[in-house]
Amino acid sequence: MNLFTVSFSYLRARPLNTALNVLLLALGVATIVLLLLATHQLEDRMRRDAQGVDLVVGAKGSPMQIILSAIYHLDVPTGNISWQQANEIAKHRAVKRAIPLALGDSYRGFRIVGTTPDYLQHYGAKVAAGRAWQQPLEAVIGAEVAARTGLTLGARFHGVHGLGDSGGHAHEDHPYDVVGVLERSGTVLDRLIITAYQSVWIVHAEHHDIKDVRDIEKQLGDDEKEYTALLLQYSTPLAVAMLPRYINNNTGMQAASPAYETARLFSIIGVGVDVLRAFALVLIFSAGLSVFIALYNAMNERRYDLAVMRTLGARPATLMGLLLFEGLLLALIGALLGLALGHGFAELLGHLLRAAQQVEISGAVFVPEELWVVALALGVGVLAALIPAWRAYRTDIAATLARG
Amino acid sequence: MFELRDIRHDYDGSEVLRVAAWRATQGEQWLMLGPSGSGKTTLLHILAGILRPSAGSALVAGEDLAAMPAAKLDRFRGAHIGIVLQRLHLVDSLSVMDNLLLAQWLAGAAQDRARAREVLAGLDLADKANARPHELSFGQAQRVAVARAVVNRPRLLLADEPTSNLDDVRCAQVMELLQAQAAACGATLVIATHDQRVKSRVPNQYLLEAAA
Repeated sequence: MNLFTVSFSYLRARPLNTALNVLLLALGVATIVLLLLATHQLEDRMRRDAQGVDLVVGAKGSPMQIILSAIYHLDVPTGNISWQQANEIAKHRAVKRAIPLALGDSYRGFRIVGTTPDYLQHYGAKVAAGRAWQQPLEAVIGAEVAARTGLTLGARFHGVHGLGDSGGHAHEDHPYDVVGVLERSGTVLDRLIITAYQSVWIVHAEHHDIKDVRDIEKQLGDDEKEYTALLLQYSTPLAVAMLPRYINNNTGMQAASPAYETARLFSIIGVGVDVLRAFALVLIFSAGLSVFIALYNAMNERRYDLAVMRTLGARPATLMGLLLFEGLLLALIGALLGLALGHGFAELLGHLLRAAQQVEISGAVFVPEELWVVALALGVGVLAALIPAWRAYRTDIAATLARG
Repeated sequence: MFELRDIRHDYDGSEVLRVAAWRATQGEQWLMLGPSGSGKTTLLHILAGILRPSAGSALVAGEDLAAMPAAKLDRFRGAHIGIVLQRLHLVDSLSVMDNLLLAQWLAGAAQDRARAREVLAGLDLADKANARPHELSFGQAQRVAVARAVVNRPRLLLADEPTSNLDDVRCAQVMELLQAQAAACGATLVIATHDQRVKSRVPNQYLLEAAA
């Protein structure tokens, strides 16, 4: 017999009431935990995908669209940029490294990215099976692509124009050979098909009769060669102030900063997250109110129990502790259930998003802020019990017993 | 064992109880008699240390309950006084056994299941240890209330109208049971009652007069 057994016996004696309070609290906690997990992993993932890219250069258009298309591969590009102009920027003294991207096609919804081996190196990609490409029309595929399309080493596939699952013009003349499968990296590479940028030129040079894909560069005129975007890394921090303006003013291209556009994206998402978070806080505080009402009513039902406990030798502080502990216990059960639900929902959401080939969210990740949510729930539980506990403290034994 | 002197208690400005003197030695058994409204329950509460009289002294086991600090009074009550309330007031969310353990815990005593089982067995309740109070008959519940009052071996056992609403047979049983339990732990017994049937069973009687 102790504080726990007595408090717990009272919670068990009112199963419906207890279940309602626990559920209210758990839903509030679960909502906040889900938000924490989702935003944390989303931001983490987006940050990782944009890491090391200081500037993206694309065709004139929305900078947000350039970032979404060239870094996250979630949107269509704004257009193509000239090979010559791109090369000039790549050679600029403020540029340490430039990775060209040639986009346009996809296979079963997975984007085909024409680039240089630098791109793989940039994300620290490791080849799980096979090798990197050595000539145009050889491709390596991300782990998610391999898992979902069933493509394996030696497989051959045709790219389709556009980024959709269906529709688009199929490029029947020039199939790709899968020469490598990448290890899962937790980056955007997982859902990309990566090849040499020349592959994209070959596939789209339909009016040429390409005989030998290896010297494609010689068969195309310079004005026929195009990239979609350049991923730049600065050689000096000073470039931040200079290079974007130089590109926007002196070339036909558009510079977009991943850091800035990503922050803008987060702040847009943030509004929705704030609304949901406020909603969850309302849930938690209404749970607190419900716990308060339950304990307050319980106080009336239990006034004889409390008086009898005093006759058995209980100090007023013991009765106060009993009610506070009951509030705390309710909150603890609610918080733990909420944590479990939140992680369960996150895992479920992850499954749904995975099916839609979006970012990956897992329920098996823990964020330190969750502890604050638990602390908040426990605080609400204790707060709700405070007034009933005070009334228990002040129970007038003789008057109560004389009445009944 | 206890000695009441010049006890007076007021309620809402009017006197509800007056006791000039009453003393009992350890192990004695007493009836506290008086008509309804004569303050029997009030006096019982004063003896139990749950009500401080407006004036006078209430010495129990050598200590004046009227002047004892609150924290010490709580401990004293748990350790030395057992009380069987008229309406029993068992804790319904706990089993019979847990009601007894609760009494041990709240009194600050060691939780002794063997002692609790022994008391239950002595009151013919051995098979009800895991029952919840609402599953018991009134007679059984009353015996559990007695068990809870004596489980800590009190020096003073108090009972408030234990025989009201009982038929003659049960009335006799309850009286025997209280007297036997008090004797078993050497406690002084005080039964507050207006039940004329029990008068012949207890020789020591204190008559409370209705307050003026």
